[in-house]
Amino acid sequence: MNYFELFSLSPVYDLDTALLAERYRDLQRTVHPDKFANASEQDKRIAVQRTAQVNDGYNTLKHPILRAEHMLSLKGIDLSHESTTVKDTQFLMQQMEWRESLEAIKHCDDPDKLIDQLHHSFADYREQITAQMSQLVGSDDQQALLDAADLIRKLKFMAKLQDELARAEDALF
Amino acid sequence: MALLQIAEPGQSAAPHQHRLAVGIDLGTTNSLVAAVRSGVADTLADETGRHALASVVRFTQEGVQVGVEAERYSAQDPLNTVVSVKRFMGRSLDDIQAQDQSLPYQFSASTNGLPLFNTAGGQHNPIQISAEILRPLVERAEKTLGGTLEGVVITVPAYFDDAQRQGTKDAAGLLGVKVLRLLNEPTAAAIAYGLDSGQEGMIAIYDLGGGTFDISILRLNKGVFEVMATGGDSALGGDDFDHALAQHLQEHWQLSSLTAQERRALLIESRRVKEALTEDDSTLAHLQLADGRQLQQTVTKAQFDTLIEPFVKKTIASCRRALRDAGIKADEVLETVMVGGSTRVPLVRQRVAEFFGRPPLTSIDPDRVVAIGAAIQADILVGNKPDSDLLLLDVLPLSLGIETMGGLVEKVVSRNTTIPVARAQEFTTFKDGQTAMAFHVVQGERELVADCRSLARFTLKGIPPMAAGAAHIRVTFQVDADGLLSVTAMEKSSGVQVTIQVKPSFGLTDEEIGSMLKDSMAHAKEDIERRMAAEQQVEAARVLESLSAALAKDSDLLSAEEANAIEQGMAHLVQTAAQGDADAIEKAIEALDNASQTFAAKRMDNSIRLALKGQSVDNI
Repeated sequence: MNYFELFSLSPVYDLDTALLAERYRDLQRTVHPDKFANASEQDKRIAVQRTAQVNDGYNTLKHPILRAEHMLSLKGIDLSHESTTVKDTQFLMQQMEWRESLEAIKHCDDPDKLIDQLHHSFADYREQITAQMSQLVGSDDQQALLDAADLIRKLKFMAKLQDELARAEDALF
Repeated sequence: MALLQIAEPGQSAAPHQHRLAVGIDLGTTNSLVAAVRSGVADTLADETGRHALASVVRFTQEGVQVGVEAERYSAQDPLNTVVSVKRFMGRSLDDIQAQDQSLPYQFSASTNGLPLFNTAGGQHNPIQISAEILRPLVERAEKTLGGTLEGVVITVPAYFDDAQRQGTKDAAGLLGVKVLRLLNEPTAAAIAYGLDSGQEGMIAIYDLGGGTFDISILRLNKGVFEVMATGGDSALGGDDFDHALAQHLQEHWQLSSLTAQERRALLIESRRVKEALTEDDSTLAHLQLADGRQLQQTVTKAQFDTLIEPFVKKTIASCRRALRDAGIKADEVLETVMVGGSTRVPLVRQRVAEFFGRPPLTSIDPDRVVAIGAAIQADILVGNKPDSDLLLLDVLPLSLGIETMGGLVEKVVSRNTTIPVARAQEFTTFKDGQTAMAFHVVQGERELVADCRSLARFTLKGIPPMAAGAAHIRVTFQVDADGLLSVTAMEKSSGVQVTIQVKPSFGLTDEEIGSMLKDSMAHAKEDIERRMAAEQQVEAARVLESLSAALAKDSDLLSAEEANAIEQGMAHLVQTAAQGDADAIEKAIEALDNASQTFAAKRMDNSIRLALKGQSVDNI
């Protein structure tokens, strides 16, 4: 299913998220099961199914990584079940360095400072990747799309790191 | 002879008829029923002017007592008097006894591990006991409003898992009451406040009741309440404050063992002390022992605060997690709403104010705000406010997963996903000619099955025999707007729909509900059949009415052939419904459903197009 079509939005990476949220509310008002509380069982069933699709579409388009993946899948590149890994050694070195810093949070004297620093470096790096993503993922050139797939893999690494940072932060309290 | 109701085609017979529906707050300690009357939502009182019904049920040989009459006996007859039954909902007896060995009840286990309370009035499970609490509330509402209820909205803690939600819905089912929606308590509170103050932005709802704690982060925008994140603890509440204080007093008085009566009396006294300390800086605790000894001890607010601090801290940790899940910071929260009697405890208000950096909202009675919100939602769902913009988008409170090799959990839907949601997973056979496959569905955040709550086990049967790995079985897990799970499965290459038997781990099977329904009716078999036929006739009327309206509006979406099939199905259903055989009506409805499935889907897609009409694909 093409979620851009479902939300009547043009298929671009730099999405107007406010507009997306507005379309989402309009769709929900139309299909949500609560609008069918007095309808027949069949209408209720279809309402649940359609609302599940709308929710899934919104979630996909809302998150940059999922949105990029969806755009690639619409162009025939499916990343959801792949096992390819990132081969960029410089990137992997950087990952290892960051992981060591995460480990250090527990033991260091000023964990708040280190956490802040990591938040900033992660955000900066994500911004760098995102800046390249927009053009690549919108392209029709096969090589550009494969490069976009590589960026998505890197963003997934970053998302994992971000999760671990949040967990390390939690562990402090 | 009955008079014919005359109405224009496509219009309901009585367009201005007010349909009766109420909101019910089925609480751990107290329960309430509320309704919208003349546009105002408020709780309904009983004959004596009391709004709250104590959630206490006593079973004796003479019958069942509920509320204050039962509560009066809770100290002297603890064995037959069940308090806080909500804490037992959807739990196994093992779970319950592992958590608290000091319960003053005699339990036995049902065949699938549900707790049964052995009382002088027989054996009862938590679902039946909850139904006893609902019964007087429904009766009160029907008497006050002067008619039969068309439906109810029942509130549940946002953190309730599937078994707990299903149990709550089944309790209403035992009374033959239609549940329009299970509504999360915090969302209900937000409705009550949201409509009064017209807020737009992020709202945190801190709900500390007798036995449960919920924190929800909601975004309000143009009438849409979107739950961004929810968290909490389904076994943490004001009762824990009472227990902590009781334990403190017991240790102070050096009482090594207590009788069931003494224990109950100590708990009741602890609760009184807790309530006194919301106003006073210190108070005197009393206890009379069975041997006649009188004990007393001064308890200061500072002592009490120290005892409950660990529980309050736990709630604040949940708040921090919920904010992170919602992707916002504490200072982005516009308002904090307080719900539940335990938010009257000063330390709780103080800690919440510190964490969110602003004093919380407390203008609506925290004990009644949930029921009031539920009444507003019930009024809308039953159809009294067709132009209402209000819409609630809830989330799944706990991740759903399935057991894989080695007792590990594979997540299928993660928590805080907006519901309804559907997720498909593909599985294959590992033996040649394998025709069945067993699944174990769990709910929780941990990686090991043993650390999660078991929801259901089911077996897929009727897989066509093939070589190992050749069958592709697509299993779809669907969670509806009430947060309830259903599972469907299909073998892809052959298109064979696989049958699923779901056996809820800590709930009732359909058969058990059926037999409990029969037990609950003092009448003969014919009565049950008559009632089932009546229910099918109501559903048939609903199907016919909605299809007629749909045909009047959208018949252009149909080919002549499709229209013909639907019309024949409708005629058949009209005829069958008149004969009053429940099974036959059910079959006729199913046949009509099949004939009109494409039409229903087309109409839904058409309305999606209309909703976004005039909003042509944008160019950025």
